[in-house]
Amino acid sequence: MTFSGLSWNVVADVRQLLMFPFMVNAFRAGTIVAITAGALGWFMVLRRQAFAGHTLAIVSFPGAAGAILVGISATIGYFTAAIAAALVIAAVPRSLGGRAGSSESAIIGTVQAFALACGALFVSLYGGFLNGLTGLLFGSFLGISASQVLVLLAVAAAAIGVLALIARPLFFATVDPDVAAARGVPVRLLSTVFLVLLGCAAAEVSQITGALLVFALLVMPAATAQQITARPMASFGLTILLGVVIVWLGLAVAYFSVYPVGFFITTFGFAGYVLAAAGRTAVSRSRRGQALAVPA
Amino acid sequence: MLGYRRAGEMRPTGPTGGAGPTGGAGQNDPAVRFDHAAVQVAGRTIWSDVNLILEPGEFMAVLGPNGVGKSTLIKAVLGLVGLSAGSVTVLGRPAGQSGREIGYLPQRRSFDAGLRVRGIDIVSLGSDGERWGVPLPWGDRLFPARRAARDRVREVIELVGATAFASRPVGQVSGGEQQRLLIAQALVRRPRLLVLDEPLDSLDLPSQSSIAALISRICREHMVTVMLVAHDVNPILSYLDCVAYLARGGAVCGTPQEVITSETLTAMYRTPVEVLHASDGRLVVVGEPEPPARHADRHADTAVRP
Repeated sequence: MTFSGLSWNVVADVRQLLMFPFMVNAFRAGTIVAITAGALGWFMVLRRQAFAGHTLAIVSFPGAAGAILVGISATIGYFTAAIAAALVIAAVPRSLGGRAGSSESAIIGTVQAFALACGALFVSLYGGFLNGLTGLLFGSFLGISASQVLVLLAVAAAAIGVLALIARPLFFATVDPDVAAARGVPVRLLSTVFLVLLGCAAAEVSQITGALLVFALLVMPAATAQQITARPMASFGLTILLGVVIVWLGLAVAYFSVYPVGFFITTFGFAGYVLAAAGRTAVSRSRRGQALAVPA
Repeated sequence: MLGYRRAGEMRPTGPTGGAGPTGGAGQNDPAVRFDHAAVQVAGRTIWSDVNLILEPGEFMAVLGPNGVGKSTLIKAVLGLVGLSAGSVTVLGRPAGQSGREIGYLPQRRSFDAGLRVRGIDIVSLGSDGERWGVPLPWGDRLFPARRAARDRVREVIELVGATAFASRPVGQVSGGEQQRLLIAQALVRRPRLLVLDEPLDSLDLPSQSSIAALISRICREHMVTVMLVAHDVNPILSYLDCVAYLARGGAVCGTPQEVITSETLTAMYRTPVEVLHASDGRLVVVGEPEPPARHADRHADTAVRP
């Protein structure tokens, strides 16, 4: 069987998709990454820490570039940089009781800018690295080896395992930090652990989607699901489902087209969010209309 | 001395009968008892020589000007702030050891309007929020304990009158409705003592009076002792058994009629304070010493104090 383009025969299309090992690996890695990013992203959106998440992802770019420069595996660079940045952000004192202050976002922004500059330096020091640069920033879904998939799987299992252990107190500390603290929930420690987990997820996702498109999987499914339902369990499950569907669709469409995977994944995520937000607006409008039409 | 104990001499014998604080252990112990208590934060004495007794089943308001340490008093009851002198006993044990039997509402503004979590989820956190792990999605059907916990959540939501809006995202209900949900959250575990820090703050007047009535009903019908910090005593005045007026040198407690008088407050703050009675029964306190500037400067004056 040879590559024959997209047809109306779905079975043949799917068989063709999975014909090459690199595509199979892309689907495996994409699924792992979608689940991890969805789980951590759900809490990130709820905690309003999207900016921190973005920075953790950006930091993986100089991490990977630096690792390649000194001649070690880019994967190690991704994780080292993201976890180190997570610890730095966690060390920023969050004024107790108040919302994440402006000082926090200023510090995160400063770290992010410096990290990007370091990345640019490492790339220029390495020289002749321009193809790789695009990969670091915009993803290299189609060049994933089987051993990379195993690393992703191990990290994902560890991150989700820890998240499952702390999920309920973390949820408590997220929506109601004062009462949680009074009940003995270690709010500060949970925040640090969560940021480290988020760093791992961001490092994972950036290997696939690139440092700049991490949000496609970290924010979009969670934001969409939280638009659709306010039930925590349901929106959490929906987040994971949406993430996996977006990745699969993106990979499949990209395979039959000449445009980059990251574009399609992000586009499907964006379309989902717009649909959900529009749907919610329409529903709440029609409800309000009914309430006005039927006076109490 | 500025602060002195009035409770014993001024309070008529409470509804619990003549047992009094010396009546031994068990149910007759005061729910809260401060004994010559003092608190220092960063070397500065917030208040000292505070003596007060809150009997089980009573509704007490903690009053006083801004910056006098009312929230600190609450934190001392919860065991979140250590004492520099004296002792605090809560439900018969040293403060901080009765965690599950105290329901606590911290001072707050409100939930973020964009928070997409239902009110019922906020209330549920009151029953198991600090437990590690994740609840199984269909655990309610498998485990009787989970079912009982869920029924209890429904029950308290009904009790506070929040059934109609408990399934809506909490960020989208009004301030008064959020306060009802938070009271439900504090009540889930059937606490014997309910501690509320300015629960009426930032609510509109009708909400203030309905929340005050709700807290009073919980106190009377469910025998929950209530300790409530308030800036304005009027919305709760008619429900109170006793008030504690706090000053740096101590606290005066007794019935509102005894404590909120020009003489008592003038003696306490050593500055002329006048209590006016409006025709509708409201009290207006004039001349209460306010710190020159709140928050930022509150701790700045430690340096200049001799």
